[in-house]
Amino acid sequence: MTVEVRLTGSLQKLVGGKRAIQAEGANVRQLLDDLDSRYPGFQSTLLTDGQLHRFVVIYLNDEDIRFLGQLETPLKEGDVLSILPALAGGSG
Amino acid sequence: MPLNSILDAIGNTPLVHVQRMSPKPGVDIYAKLEGHNPTGSLKDRIAIYMIRAAEESGELTPDKTILEPTSGNTGISLAMVARVKGYRLLCVLPDIVTPEREQLLRAFGAEVTYAKGARSTNDAIFMAQRMVAEEPDRYYMPYQYGNEQNPRAHYETTGPEICRDLPQIDVFVAGLGTGGTLTGVGRYLKERNPGVKVIAAVPHPGDLVQGLRSLEEGFIPPVLDESVLDGRIVVDSRSSFAMVKELMDKEAIFAGISSGAVMRTAVKVAQRLERGNVVALLADGGWKYLSTSLWSKRYEDIGPEDVEGKVWW
Repeated sequence: MTVEVRLTGSLQKLVGGKRAIQAEGANVRQLLDDLDSRYPGFQSTLLTDGQLHRFVVIYLNDEDIRFLGQLETPLKEGDVLSILPALAGGSG
Repeated sequence: MPLNSILDAIGNTPLVHVQRMSPKPGVDIYAKLEGHNPTGSLKDRIAIYMIRAAEESGELTPDKTILEPTSGNTGISLAMVARVKGYRLLCVLPDIVTPEREQLLRAFGAEVTYAKGARSTNDAIFMAQRMVAEEPDRYYMPYQYGNEQNPRAHYETTGPEICRDLPQIDVFVAGLGTGGTLTGVGRYLKERNPGVKVIAAVPHPGDLVQGLRSLEEGFIPPVLDESVLDGRIVVDSRSSFAMVKELMDKEAIFAGISSGAVMRTAVKVAQRLERGNVVALLADGGWKYLSTSLWSKRYEDIGPEDVEGKVWW
């Protein structure tokens, strides 16, 4: 299952400045494992004790995985994952 | 009956059936037009609530200056309230704000100061917090991200208005900024009917505004009660812009950019329903976004110079 992962800021630096990378996994957790094996530190930037940091949001296509199946949210070919800070934009 | 002041004109905004936006005949979409508030946005509601509460608690006294880190709608709303009540207002702006924004705040009587080197609202917030900590007798900071009066204003006014106009609501969609609207309206609606779904629309400037945020800047506003949310959907600027134009084409509604994201989300939600009522809260009108070239250029031709430093809601 190949999925495109879009990144911002510090995560881009972790993968050599790329804004998007390809990764493999049947669900989000497996995909993060795959990324961590290639880019050490990737997972610890996002997870604490196996759970997603509160201030990080992973969108599957455009939906927050917290409201889908959390890290067990299944992935299918052609999906796009975006990893964003909890509050993206806005100046009130 | 004449109103006593412009402050009495806050709220009671129209809820408009926008059926041409609906993808299905069985699903009805309604738009709550917050641009109809006196300064043109939903923030008028929280500005009057925050200031009134601070007066009542004694935190805000006539000798104090109201200080708020904002370059957006909240600053304009606070400026109106401050002017009517006779307070000074000082807005702390990040460096990247356009002259147009400063002009608008000054037109409403606000004073502005820049947080030097601030690239984001977060930096402006830190600077404002420092200023208050150093001179607590001089400043009162409402701080919309952490002020309970923010969700309360929506719990006590926006929510009841929506239910009064439309008793049966299946889904409520609003933009996620401070979280005040989603928390306040969401709580009110769920107390009346636990089956109501509350969906956050998150406009993401992404491709257009470079380097705006990094993960370290991830921020959960204290007033946001995440337990009220049933979903969060991110909307890129291309889709938001397209929906702003579609709202004009189909319904002659002139909405702001975050409203494009909210309506895009409402339509997406509507596609999944067989029948039901979806309420989309449109935070402001398009007036403040004219300089983004949104209405005059094709999306492909909009460059960083059109959007850099612009406020998205």
